Amino acid sequence: MSDNLGPESRSGDAGDEKQDTQEKEAVVPERAEEAKLKAKYPNLGQKPGGSDFLMKRLQKGQKYFDSGDYNMAKAKMKNKQLPSTGPDKNLVTGDHIPTPQDLPQRKSSLVTSKLAGPEKNC
Amino acid sequence: MGSIKDLDRAGGGNDIQWCFSQVKGAVDDDVAEADIISTVEFNHSGELLATGDKGGRVVIFQQEQENKTQSHSRGEYNVYSTFQSHEPEFDYLKSLEIEEKINKIRWLPQKNAAQFLLSTNDKTIKLWKISERDKRPEGYNLKEEDGRYRDPTTVTTLRVPVFRPMDLMVEASPRRIFANAHTYHINSISINSDYETYLSADDLRINLWHLEITDRSFNIVDIKPANMEELTEVITAAEFHPNSCNTFVYSSSKGTIRLCDMRASALCDRHSKLFEEPEDPSNRSFFSEIISSISDVKFSHSGRYMMTRDYLSVKIWDLNMENRPVETYQVHEYLRSKLCSLYENDCIFDKFECCWNGSDSVVMTGSYNNFFRMFDRNTKRDITLEASRENNKPRTVLKPRKVCASGKRKKDEISVDSLDFNKKILHTAWHPKENIIAVATTNNLYIFQDKMN
Repeated sequence: MSDNLGPESRSGDAGDEKQDTQEKEAVVPERAEEAKLKAKYPNLGQKPGGSDFLMKRLQKGQKYFDSGDYNMAKAKMKNKQLPSTGPDKNLVTGDHIPTPQDLPQRKSSLVTSKLAGPEKNC
Repeated sequence: MGSIKDLDRAGGGNDIQWCFSQVKGAVDDDVAEADIISTVEFNHSGELLATGDKGGRVVIFQQEQENKTQSHSRGEYNVYSTFQSHEPEFDYLKSLEIEEKINKIRWLPQKNAAQFLLSTNDKTIKLWKISERDKRPEGYNLKEEDGRYRDPTTVTTLRVPVFRPMDLMVEASPRRIFANAHTYHINSISINSDYETYLSADDLRINLWHLEITDRSFNIVDIKPANMEELTEVITAAEFHPNSCNTFVYSSSKGTIRLCDMRASALCDRHSKLFEEPEDPSNRSFFSEIISSISDVKFSHSGRYMMTRDYLSVKIWDLNMENRPVETYQVHEYLRSKLCSLYENDCIFDKFECCWNGSDSVVMTGSYNNFFRMFDRNTKRDITLEASRENNKPRTVLKPRKVCASGKRKKDEISVDSLDFNKKILHTAWHPKENIIAVATTNNLYIFQDKMN
């Protein structure tokens, strides 16, 4: 079958102008949304796509446990109760002592996918 | 049956009517994380349909041979094989948890009786061989039928073992494991048109492999800056050109696409073409860069065009024109006035994929509320459909959906605020030759076909 050249021929100047106006109207809600976000989080950085954000993306899955820190802290504390980690399990060791329970558990063997089960149409 | 010409009935004025065909997966709302579907892919003939999930499992469906008496519908897809492709790992050296989630599956073209596919998680790519066994040898001289060894002294005559039919058994075995080549998370794999090599891309690098060789790969793109503080963009997707074995593209988090020619140099850090739509700086907002990030890039079957998906739109680019796309389709423009909450609930980072139909005349992508959208490039018409169990009688034509952005909501329209942002359709696939589509909701796989008369 032949390639349809329709799409290219339709994008004339008239179409561009209309698109520009529409885009300007469209972007105003985006600015309003930005204002909303800045109001909620005044400390939000200027460059959302910048280094910090990308670094966080690259480090996905990183969990920290240092057995040296762990044992030293344990030795220091001796009789005291070991503090366990708070809700944020991704903190680097030093300030708190992650216990082996905080490490990701090796997941148990998985069962067969439900997609391979009988079809249910209800 | 089902030639490429049939796909263009829409162009001729007869819109395709999509009908529910099948749905796979559990009915209950309580979705286990492992069951979340993470990739869907038809093979080159369309006879096989593979899915990968967050639990590292692959399920392959096979289309039934067409039944002569059932002329009103094409064959159904039934389970052909299922296996555990990847397992969770922990890299103790880097303190890194490696998910077993299957990020991508790509089929190799069929060369012999067996089928081959590549599946990848964040770190390791595997080549799987799926083969059928429907005969087994019987009549051994030294073994009983149940496998026990016979006492050789009781053997008085010799016979030649023969192959007898058995129930079909489909076996999947890992033939190659391509590991330890990616520091960052693999987002794409793409098989070259030479059918001998393939590329794998992570956030900062792209590697070239030979399908036979697992102990080395060539780095062909490296955008890691010498100083990580200077990092401004990452690679989001990559694909080989369907016909030119020297050409590939990769997209970035800043909305650009670079086309590279491997003949130019060993390390393709300098692009041959840079595709970028200029942006009016006065329109820039906090969200601009985030929503311009390209989540998927797909060449057309013809190789003349490529399609990119960013958060709000689908763009078609002519490879001969770098300064702007030739077509732009709005997927869910009404979300522009919801960007603040979409940023807060992380939905703004959702990675939607997109796909072409076999004749490159229609493109499809997913949205929220289990809606998915199709854009006909010829008629310029678009349609919104829903993947839901409510319309699940086979051959029931799907009713088009409409989202009301603001103002008075008409009957049958759904308002933006009622959309369920947890019901996202990220993965869709279109049969290469027929009007059959596979649409993945969170944990269910829907198959729709066009109405046949």
